[in-house]
Amino acid sequence: MATAGRIEDLHIVRVTKSFGAFTAVDDLTLTIPGGSFFALLGPSGCGKTTTLRMVAGLEEPTAGQILLGDRDITTSRPYQRSINTVFQSYALFPHLDVFENVAFGLRRRGVKGDDVTKQVTSVLELVELASLARRKPGQLSGGQQQRVAVARALVNRPDVLLLDEPLGALDLKLRRQMQIELKRIQSEVGTTFIHVTHDQEEAMTMADTIAVMNAGVIEQMGAPAEMYDLPKTAFVANFLGQSNLVQGQITGQEGDLLVVRVPGGDVRVPVSRSADTTGSLVVGVRPEKLRVANGNEANVNRVRGRVLDVSFIGVSTQYTLETPWDPERPVTCFEQNDEGAPDVKPGDTLELVWEYAYTFGLDGDEDLEAGTQFLGESSTDDEDE
Amino acid sequence: MSTKEAAPRPSTWHRTSRWIRNHLVVAYGLAALFYLFLPIAVVFAFSFNKPAGRQNSTWNQFSLDAWRNICFDPSMCTAVGLSLRIALIATTIATLLGTLIAFALVRHRFRGRALTNLLIFLPMATPEVVLGSSLLALFLNAGLPLGPVTITIAHIMFCISFVVVTVKARLQGMDPRLEEAAGDLYANERQTFRYVTLPLVAPGIAAAALLSFSLSFDDYIITNFNSGSTLTFPMYIWGAALRGIPPQVNVVGSIMFFGSLAIVLVAQLAGRARRKA
Repeated sequence: MATAGRIEDLHIVRVTKSFGAFTAVDDLTLTIPGGSFFALLGPSGCGKTTTLRMVAGLEEPTAGQILLGDRDITTSRPYQRSINTVFQSYALFPHLDVFENVAFGLRRRGVKGDDVTKQVTSVLELVELASLARRKPGQLSGGQQQRVAVARALVNRPDVLLLDEPLGALDLKLRRQMQIELKRIQSEVGTTFIHVTHDQEEAMTMADTIAVMNAGVIEQMGAPAEMYDLPKTAFVANFLGQSNLVQGQITGQEGDLLVVRVPGGDVRVPVSRSADTTGSLVVGVRPEKLRVANGNEANVNRVRGRVLDVSFIGVSTQYTLETPWDPERPVTCFEQNDEGAPDVKPGDTLELVWEYAYTFGLDGDEDLEAGTQFLGESSTDDEDE
Repeated sequence: MSTKEAAPRPSTWHRTSRWIRNHLVVAYGLAALFYLFLPIAVVFAFSFNKPAGRQNSTWNQFSLDAWRNICFDPSMCTAVGLSLRIALIATTIATLLGTLIAFALVRHRFRGRALTNLLIFLPMATPEVVLGSSLLALFLNAGLPLGPVTITIAHIMFCISFVVVTVKARLQGMDPRLEEAAGDLYANERQTFRYVTLPLVAPGIAAAALLSFSLSFDDYIITNFNSGSTLTFPMYIWGAALRGIPPQVNVVGSIMFFGSLAIVLVAQLAGRARRKA
């Protein structure tokens, strides 16, 4: 149980989990601050669900420690930890009604009679399901089942609530609604939420801190806006939103700007936003930071190219350009239509510009394609680890 | 529809063929039910017959004699009693052992698991004559006197296979996350079994028990090898068939049928009431 006022941090210390020859989680160290809404984001098979299951006690780490505050819980049984899980498939007990599903954990912990009724009723009110207390799970819609699963875990007032792709089975509209709902519940109860997802939009909408995980290790961790603004690896640049990346060579420095030679011209990157100050560098910029040049800009980065595709989306227009950067990797630009829809056709030549301050520099050895293969991944995919 | 008048009237042939299409499944279902239940209806009807000769096979006259005096031949009632006792004991033991085996096979990886799976299946695939004669050889060699005990042992043996198969199917269909969820919600292993696993597998166990009971109650071939001088109900009928089956046998058959029908109906109604509550 959470001791009044203070919510314990969760420490994952040098944890490795192998299944035979396959390493699902590789020497992972992570501290999740008490009371935060933490998202573990990564593609299917990256080890995030395995991490969650180890925290829940459903898998035992091959090596390393898991600590809740200063208590070592690495080997305690699931029922010995004050950590509850909202399972991906909800795992509601089909033979029990909503009330008894929610009361299950209380009853196992020896809570009796009126106290059970009081606590179950209040948590069902929190998730707005009090009127359905006597229904069986099979008689509920997906969204309602999801809220029962949340209530069933929350009623125990755990130190940590684990959510394993909890919105994966819902349709888009319901998912948006539940994202807001979960965020509200978290701020009301104040429990640490650890949310595992492969949907980057969902992670950014809900979490105060995101850890992007790939192939068993954490690529980068931070606040959503911070990470989006300044990704540290090509994987994060491509998986969390989209990026235009180009390989370049640092040729000099002008004040606090690095001059980088890329095919077709020079671009400038703030030193503070670059992984390196000499040698090769991967230069990146987010598509919405690019805009069509009107000829009056000064002190901006530029790229010229032939328009391959124009798609009008109402609030914005998306251009795809073939540029000297890399003919194989078209540059994408999201232009706001604040001055009406422009008259550009495929085949036209276009110049795009963006502020130096929006440019970021990644290590020159980064693989430009990292993370892009997951872009089309359906959000209802099951985690198959 | 506003275009209704414009549409051409469907021809008689079209209407007939559509009627057939729409009702074919129902008609087929009724035919199948008729086929299944006709013999039982005959058994029931002839329990009210007053046979003219020794064979109760041609309708003579309506009578309640057989229903009023079921134990007209006391050896028949003794045989029914013995069959019921054997079936109850065999069902209880086979259900218990078979359920445990099913759990072991589904939940644990152990040496010889594949072999066990095969061996469990074997008694179902072996002809009963072979099973019966092998058991007889076994009992004779072991020096076990033939009688109710050997019959019960034989019944337990072949019932276990059916229990294992039925319960295993139910267990395999169960979401393993339900048990993980129970553990996550502070239930230890014993409580998880008591409050989650058992209630969910119970319908499978009940089905297995019912199946065992009827298999044991009506077994003739294996029993015949291992009964010695003991007479079970199926053996009584076989013996009586040579002399002429008395209508009391039809009465017992009808009681069994309507008895099990009543049990199923009560279970259904209870289940529906529980769901509504």
